[in-house]
Amino acid sequence: MKRVTIEPVSRIEGHAKITIQLNDSGQVENAELHVTQVRGFEKLTEGRPYYEMPGITARICGICPISHLLASAKACDAILAVKVPPAARKLRELVHCAQFVQSHALSFFYLSSPDLILGMDAYPATRNVLGVIASHPELARDGIELRKFGLQVIEWLGQERVHSSWIVPGGVKSPMSAATRDKILAELPKVRQIAEKTLQFFKSASDAFKDDIAKFGCFPTMYLGMVNAKGELQLYDGNLRFRGADDGIVADQIAPDDYASFISEATLRNSYLKAPFYKPSGLEGMYRVGPLARLNTADRCGTPHADKELNEFHQRFGKPAHSAFLYHHARLIEIIYALERIETLLADENILDDHVRATAGVNSLEGVGMIEAPRGVLIHHYKVNAEGAITWANLIVATGHNNLAMNKSVKQVATEYVRGDKIQEGMLNRVSAVVRAYDPCLSCSTHTDGTLDIGIRLLSQTGELLDQI
Amino acid sequence: MKKVKVATVWLDGCSGCHMSLLDMDALIISLAQKIDIVYGPLVDAQEFPEDVDVTLVEGAVSSQDDLSRVQTIRQRSRLVISVGDCAVTGNVPAMRNSIPVNKLLQRVYVEGADTNKAIPTDRVPALLKTVRPVSEYVKVDYCLPGCPPPAKNITSMITNLLEGRKPEANLTVKFG
Repeated sequence: MKRVTIEPVSRIEGHAKITIQLNDSGQVENAELHVTQVRGFEKLTEGRPYYEMPGITARICGICPISHLLASAKACDAILAVKVPPAARKLRELVHCAQFVQSHALSFFYLSSPDLILGMDAYPATRNVLGVIASHPELARDGIELRKFGLQVIEWLGQERVHSSWIVPGGVKSPMSAATRDKILAELPKVRQIAEKTLQFFKSASDAFKDDIAKFGCFPTMYLGMVNAKGELQLYDGNLRFRGADDGIVADQIAPDDYASFISEATLRNSYLKAPFYKPSGLEGMYRVGPLARLNTADRCGTPHADKELNEFHQRFGKPAHSAFLYHHARLIEIIYALERIETLLADENILDDHVRATAGVNSLEGVGMIEAPRGVLIHHYKVNAEGAITWANLIVATGHNNLAMNKSVKQVATEYVRGDKIQEGMLNRVSAVVRAYDPCLSCSTHTDGTLDIGIRLLSQTGELLDQI
Repeated sequence: MKKVKVATVWLDGCSGCHMSLLDMDALIISLAQKIDIVYGPLVDAQEFPEDVDVTLVEGAVSSQDDLSRVQTIRQRSRLVISVGDCAVTGNVPAMRNSIPVNKLLQRVYVEGADTNKAIPTDRVPALLKTVRPVSEYVKVDYCLPGCPPPAKNITSMITNLLEGRKPEANLTVKFG
C-alpha cells in the first residue's frame, strides 16, 4: 500500500490536502480530502454583543463577506423580532446578487479557467491566471471586468469592496441614491454581454470535456437549495428544499428555524471540516449544495434568460445533472440570473426609499439567519441573553455541506486518472480540479480557524516517502 | 528584463487581503509583464521556491503548519511584507487567545457535532496555544495594515518596490 498526498490543493480558497492510497498493484484504494484549518468562531464569539456579529463573522471570509453579513444580520433581525423595511430587503438582495457576480467570476476566471482554457496537463508554472492573461487576454479582461462590476456595486452601496459595514441588524445603514442606481444601470449592458459571451464560449468548449464530465464527481446524490413558495430559485430569502437523486422532492419548504430537524453534523477524524448530512437518512444522507445543486433543486430560476439556459442545461445533462464538472456551467447561468435580478430590482421605484432600517432591542433570545451564499446554503444560528450577549452560536457553511460529496468526488477522480507508482502531475491536477469545481471556500467552512493545504506525496505502506509533487 | 519573483501566502486569515490585491483590477495585466507569481493560492506551485524576491503574507500564525511556513518563507525571501491586520497584529483570529485550545476544539467538534463527536487528530496540524502576528516569529520588512488594506495601498507598495523606491511611510494608514 502506498499513499500519495497533494499538499497544498492549489487555486482553491483555503487550506487543504488530499491523500490517495494505492494498493500493491498501483490502483487507487481510497482518497480523502483533509481540511487543515480551524478558527473556532462559534466559541470566540461567546459573550460578544449580537450587533457585533455581522462585523466579526464577515472576517470568516474575504471572498464572500456579504454572505456572512447577510446571514448574520438576518439572525439579528430575528433577535430584534423586526421586519426589515421593504427597500432594505431589496437593497440587501441587490448587493447579494452583485456578490454572486464577483465571487462566481473569481471562481471561473481566476481559479478554474487555467484548467479549462490551458488544459489539465498544461505546464504547472504558467497554469494560472497570469498564464491566461498571456494566452487569452480578451477572456482574462472579461473576467476582470465582470468581477470588478460586482465589487463596484458593493463599494458604491457599502463604501468598501471587502468587509463593508453597510449591512446591519434591521436593514442597511443608508439608502441608495438615484445617482448610484444610474451608475449601476449604465454598466449593466456591458457586463450582461460579457456573461452571455462567456457562457456561450463555455458551452462550445465543454464538448472537449465530455469524458471528464462523466468522471468528475459524477454520481447520484440529493441536492439542497433555497426556493420560494413557487419553487423558484432564491438567493436572499426563502425556504429549503431537498431534491432526491431521482428528481423527486424529498422535503420541501423547510423554514430557517427548522434546519436542525433536517441537517445533522458529523465530525471527521481526518479533517477540521465537519460533514453535515440529511438527518432522516443518517450518514448515508449525502447531499450537495451550491450552483449545481440550486439549479437541480429549483423548478425554475424565475428570470427569462436564465430560465432559457436552465432548460437547455437540463435537456443536455439530465435533471438532476449529477457531474461536479457542471458546477462551472451552473455558475455561469447564475451570473446571468444575478444580473437579471439586479436589473429587476433597480427598476423598482421603492428601492430608493430612505427608510431602510428597523430599530428595536432584544425581543427574542434566539435567531436563525439563512441565505444562499455563492457556494451554497449558509446558516447562522445565535442564542443571546437578555442583554444581547451571545451565549451560543452555530454556523453551517456552504462548503461543509459538500464535504462528503467532495471526498467521494476526489476518490472517483483519483480512481479514474491516477495510475501506477509513478505520479504524473496532470493526474493529480485533475484530482485538485474536481475540488476546484465545487469552488470550496475553506476559510468559510473552517470558521473553526483553519487552512486547506493541498500537496501530493507518494508514501509506501509503512509511510516512507517514495515520490512527491 | 528579468521578472521579479513574487509569492503570496495565506495563513490564518479570511483571504480578504488577497481579494484586495486582486482589486487592482486591470492593472494586473500590465503587472504580469513585470512579475511572476511563483507561489500562493492563485498558482500551482507545491513547494515554496528557494529564491523569492518579495513575499506578501496574509494572516496570522495560528497552527504548527503556519509556523513552519513563516520560517521557510523568511529563509527563502529577500523581502517579507505583512499584509493586513491579521498578519500585522493578529486581529480577529487572535480573539481565540483567551480560550484554551482544547476548549475551543471541544466546542466545535464534540459539543458542536451530532455524530462521531471527537476532535480531529489525523493528518491535521496542531493549533498553537495563541494566534500571533508574523513579526513575533520572523523579521518582517514592511507592514501594510488594514482589514483589508485598501487596494491602492497594496498596489502602491508593489509599484514602489518594482521601481526600486523604498515604500512610502506616509501611505494613508488604515487599521480595521
